[in-house]
Amino acid sequence: MFSYVIKRILATIPVIVIVAAFVFLMLRLSPGDPASVIAGDYATAEDIVRIREALGLNEPILVQFTKWVGSLMQGDLGISIFTNLPVTTLIGQRIEPTLMLTLTTIIFTVLVAVPLGTLAAWKAGSWIDRGVMLFSVAGFSVPVFVLGYILIYVVAIKLQWLPVQGYRSMFEHGLWPFLRHIIMPTLTLSVIFIALIARMTRASVMEVLQEDYVRTARAKGQSEVKVLLRHALRNAAVPIVTVIGIGIALLIGGVVVTESVYNIPGLGRLVLDAVLARDYPIIQGLILFFSFIYILINLIIDLSYTLFDPRIRY
Amino acid sequence: MLSWTKRRFLTAAAVAIPLALGSFGTIGQAAAEKVLRVIPHADLKNLDPIWTTAYISRNHGYLIYDTLFAMDENFKPQPQMVDSWTTSDDGLTWTFKLRDGLKWHDGPDVTAEDCIASLQRWGKRDGMGQALFGVVDSLTASDAKTIVMKLKQPYGLVLESIGKISSNVPFMMPKRMAETDPFKQVEEHIGSGPFMFSKKDWVPGSKVVYLKNPTYVPRSEPTSAAAGGKIAKVDRVEWTYFPDQTTAMNALISGEVDYFEAPANDLMPILSANADITVEINDPLGNIGFARFNHLLPPFDNAKVRRAALMAMKQEDYLAGAVGDKQFWKTCYSVFPCDTPLDNNVGSDIMKTGDIDKAKAALGDSGYDGTPVVIMQPTDVPILSAFSLITAEKLRKIGMKVDVQAMDWSTLTSRRAKRDPVADGGWNMFHTWWIGADVIDPMAIAFSGNPAKGWFGWPTDAELEKARTAFAVATTVEEKKVLGKKVQERLWAIGASGHLGQFFTPVAYRKNVKGLIKSPVQFFWNMSVD
Repeated sequence: MFSYVIKRILATIPVIVIVAAFVFLMLRLSPGDPASVIAGDYATAEDIVRIREALGLNEPILVQFTKWVGSLMQGDLGISIFTNLPVTTLIGQRIEPTLMLTLTTIIFTVLVAVPLGTLAAWKAGSWIDRGVMLFSVAGFSVPVFVLGYILIYVVAIKLQWLPVQGYRSMFEHGLWPFLRHIIMPTLTLSVIFIALIARMTRASVMEVLQEDYVRTARAKGQSEVKVLLRHALRNAAVPIVTVIGIGIALLIGGVVVTESVYNIPGLGRLVLDAVLARDYPIIQGLILFFSFIYILINLIIDLSYTLFDPRIRY
Repeated sequence: MLSWTKRRFLTAAAVAIPLALGSFGTIGQAAAEKVLRVIPHADLKNLDPIWTTAYISRNHGYLIYDTLFAMDENFKPQPQMVDSWTTSDDGLTWTFKLRDGLKWHDGPDVTAEDCIASLQRWGKRDGMGQALFGVVDSLTASDAKTIVMKLKQPYGLVLESIGKISSNVPFMMPKRMAETDPFKQVEEHIGSGPFMFSKKDWVPGSKVVYLKNPTYVPRSEPTSAAAGGKIAKVDRVEWTYFPDQTTAMNALISGEVDYFEAPANDLMPILSANADITVEINDPLGNIGFARFNHLLPPFDNAKVRRAALMAMKQEDYLAGAVGDKQFWKTCYSVFPCDTPLDNNVGSDIMKTGDIDKAKAALGDSGYDGTPVVIMQPTDVPILSAFSLITAEKLRKIGMKVDVQAMDWSTLTSRRAKRDPVADGGWNMFHTWWIGADVIDPMAIAFSGNPAKGWFGWPTDAELEKARTAFAVATTVEEKKVLGKKVQERLWAIGASGHLGQFFTPVAYRKNVKGLIKSPVQFFWNMSVD
């Protein structure tokens, strides 16, 4: 397995290189110009040209690319054009809220969705099954921001149980302030993932429940709980784990709406702000970072298959 | 006697509960400290108010830097860092003496050399600064506290320039910072103003923190706009940027923030109905809607076509359509903001009726050949997006072919700098707004008639430039008023731009906030929280 991991890690290098080149070119060829945003609404065209020169944006794209790759090789993602801060510092400032929100969402989702999906499969066709499916459809259909606003209005404004917005670090402010700020975003974000994973779990478990070995287990007199947990769920785990893994990757890069609705200073908002301002180094740095996370998560998912299915060997 | 298990549980609880609840020390400290929690109008992306003209950087500048002169509520420059000043009889030598007690945030005294370097850097970026330095013969320090400015010719806007209220404001910085290339950002953020920037607390895109400057010595005069005593009445000013207006409103309602600088007009009914919140217009000049033609490209290279388009524009339609509630806008047919010293009505009849038939006839006489008009529509700025669609509709009604091209504001700001033909990425028209303070007199770049150095759209009119130059050297109020009218007459005569009326963005704050300063710029000194 060790040699497989090494091979997979080495295989990521060309992927990263292609992503880097593609992102760099896409940004340079897309409309918009950081110099005009920096100069502000009341600057002249002459000012914009001078700022472009000072930022090195007038240099040929190949020269800019070579410089960027050179810095990248030394682990330097560059300096934000606007804030003048290193991209690594900006990612460092924003990574904790996003990671914690991802973690709480995935934990809550798994705790709710897997039992719900298993139950629905076990009681297929019953009112429980229909209830779970109804929730899934609703979960997919309600936009995240609508759910967020409803929760804020009811829980934060009317009941005044939780704060409207913001993020408090568990390490700086303690557990309770952290929980108070993360509960509503977690609930908001979990709904769609609960819907997705519950459906996936239901389908996988239902399929496994039709297998001969499940009938054999039942014939041997095993309890339904054992049949479900030991035989059905474990064998249905591979597609469920894949979806959970993809969910984590999506959450890390795609929680911009939730972060905006709850004013959480995470990576999603950093990407959006950078795109609107055309802050090239941040966009490039973040896309590379997200690519790396995707690759890493995929590797972990692939490796985790061996835990659930002994037939899989690397 | 407690069992071992119980004891262990209680010990663990004694350690864990305070940890879970957060640091008591921090809570106690926070209670003693007066904090003004603000939702600013934008995210503070860069910290150098000379490098950028962004208003949020200007507001940041006012917190940490100070100015030699500052505009009062009657738009008259008053001394701020300057204690006394004299002008020679021929008007060519100006001597400014700095007041006592001025210190940089890192300790040293403010010197004349620092101020000279700061003025020189500003003079390379700002339009009024460039005009001033065009007549400056020398700028020297006769001693540590005295600045001597010698002019080549008398100039009527010396104090108005160095006391300019809006971007770029001539903020004073230590010499080592002011020697930075004006087209590059300063690396440090040391000023001599009433608050200090806390770099360690800065999270771009989210939070900015300013701490009270304990060594700041305010002037003794009462606060008046940017002038007078700048008294820091809170220990900390915290800006938290909210990308979502609804969440910002909810945070104000729930008391998590104290002050909301620029709530969207559609939130006003909810905010106004809340007994704990005050909604008021704090900026007496508001914003001026602006429709800009590209004078270099057909069909708007023809003044007759531009004037025909202006005839179709009716301010009420724009303001009601884009801003909405009548209490937040008013028509204003002066190119300078209404109720300011140069407010006048010369030549502005062209925009008063919005008469489509008359405009159609004028277009027919103009020689318009059916060239399509490309209007850039910034869909991420709702007011400007609406302005674009209203203009498109009006131009179509008078018989013009219109191509509205949707884009984001960043794309628009880069594309509008292009002088190329439309086929090569050029444009014919876009909309924006100016804050009233930025177009208060003919020196505003918006009114330039010099295409080489002027603003996007590049009007060309020698007479206009002559009147602007004469305004700059005029020394009496009467002269300035006459020249202001002359500039306005030329602007309407050449159909330089459409002026779409004045609209206001109110502020909203909780009842515990006191001491707001009425001004076109948001200041945070004098404000307190109970």
